[in-house]
Amino acid sequence: MIDLLTAPFVEFSFMRRALAGCVALSVSAPPVGLFLTLRRMSLMSEAMSHAILPGAAVGFLVAGLSLPAMTLGGLAAGLAVALLSGLVARSTVLREDASLAAFYLISLAAGVMLISLKGSSIDLLHILFGTVLALDDDALWLLGGIATVTLAGLAVAFRPLVLECVDPLFLRSVSRASAPVHLGFLGLVVLNLVGGFAALGTLLAVGLMLLPAVTARFWAADLGGLIPAAIVAGLAASFAGLLISYYADLPTGPAIVLTAGGLYLASMVLGPRGGLLWRLRPGRHLEA
Amino acid sequence: MSPARAAEAHGLAFDGLTLGYARHPAVHHLDGTVPAGALLAVVGPNGAGKSTLLKGIMGEIAPLDGRVLHPGLRHGDIAYLPQAAEIDRAFPVAVYDLVAMGLWRRVGLWRRIRGDDGAVAAALDAVGLGGFERRPIGTLSGGQLQRVLFARLLLQDARVILLDEPFAAIDARTTDDLLALVRRWHGEGRTVVAVLHDLEQVRRHFPTTLLLAREAVAWGDTASVLTAPNLRRARNLCEAWDDSAPVCRAEAGTPHGHAAPAHDHHDHHHHGHAA
Repeated sequence: MIDLLTAPFVEFSFMRRALAGCVALSVSAPPVGLFLTLRRMSLMSEAMSHAILPGAAVGFLVAGLSLPAMTLGGLAAGLAVALLSGLVARSTVLREDASLAAFYLISLAAGVMLISLKGSSIDLLHILFGTVLALDDDALWLLGGIATVTLAGLAVAFRPLVLECVDPLFLRSVSRASAPVHLGFLGLVVLNLVGGFAALGTLLAVGLMLLPAVTARFWAADLGGLIPAAIVAGLAASFAGLLISYYADLPTGPAIVLTAGGLYLASMVLGPRGGLLWRLRPGRHLEA
Repeated sequence: MSPARAAEAHGLAFDGLTLGYARHPAVHHLDGTVPAGALLAVVGPNGAGKSTLLKGIMGEIAPLDGRVLHPGLRHGDIAYLPQAAEIDRAFPVAVYDLVAMGLWRRVGLWRRIRGDDGAVAAALDAVGLGGFERRPIGTLSGGQLQRVLFARLLLQDARVILLDEPFAAIDARTTDDLLALVRRWHGEGRTVVAVLHDLEQVRRHFPTTLLLAREAVAWGDTASVLTAPNLRRARNLCEAWDDSAPVCRAEAGTPHGHAAPAHDHHDHHHHGHAA
């Protein structure tokens, strides 16, 4: 039994590499996704992944299937959209979701325009579904670096980040950290989506960011429990997804995200914090 | 005496202050000073610019004209309790964490809070919520949340405290408890500016009052401000949003009332009704 779980990783180095990359991503993306869901900006990451795609496509056009070029392109496009929409939300009447929608549509249209002007019929599916079973050293360094930067960034800015979510006006009244923290957080979102796009593909990168985060809400009540729960859910989905794709000969990226989705659905039913089963048997009320 | 000089030693001064939205003034050419240690009530009809004035003092909105002066005060010296605070009560955070953030100036981004457990507990005791530390903020009632926010104000240890309708929808007993805290702050020499609606409450607890109706109708001892003629004038002055209002020509920094030739009140406020 243990053999079944470990054999693929012992036997094949590409499985070990895939596992290492997914572990790095599972440690960094779910906490970021957790703050996104708590700020009610879950779908922001979905929009942002669309904003990254054209940048990556442009990198592909310039340098071919090269991870550094596509990553840099995606990073540039994503950061530009994130920072512009953050600045617009802070300085005009538009709310963040509206300004983000405007900028990501502009970015997406510009990307499509660029690609069609070049007259190239590149296989976008390649970018969309990722290359998790072909992670080279560059990709592993990238994922490890992103995880390090993300965890360090969240640790440094933890207090203002929480306050910015709970009581932004109070944060502005006691500290000037509000704007840098907000924009820095958007930068981390982009960074993790770009990392996810290397491992899982653009469309599925969002999955490992959000599904573990919403799964954790059914298991823990405060941030001290939510963050570890989200990371554990991400790790479990990565490990199980890799094994499922190995034994059933399924595409890896979708297998990981579908496993994360299965964990979410199971938690929704079984989770002790508001899970459906617990609602059926609420227990008798307390005295006070 | 210039407003800046009058506000020496940690007070507030308004110098031709005009605040508003889309060029329409909500507070119009306000001049005056709030000396350090004052206990000032701001009253006036709805739409009189009371909340706008507090936002202007905090720098949440930029003046259309004129200035707010707070000599000697640094960022963080002014504490602000907004009307129905913009708090996300669904966020999974405990009462302890929210209150402890009042220690921001001392703990900043990284320094540990644990050593101040006693201070947090004392602040919660002072607002009658001892033992509520671990409760998630989402489980509090409106009045309890207001008490929690007062506990945070206690820890903020600010020289100037701005309260925007702090007792709206709060029961009598809680109001009495919180008013006692306001008096305590006054006794400690802090400046307190509170937007209030209950005139009886103002007469009983606040020595000075600003009656605002976009401009200062009266400002001084509460008894001399809250007179029937003043209140009637405030009511009549207020409702005057006019889309085609002419550009105000009064010079910035000119005390209102001395600029009569350039700035015809009557025309300004009744233009819309005449048309």
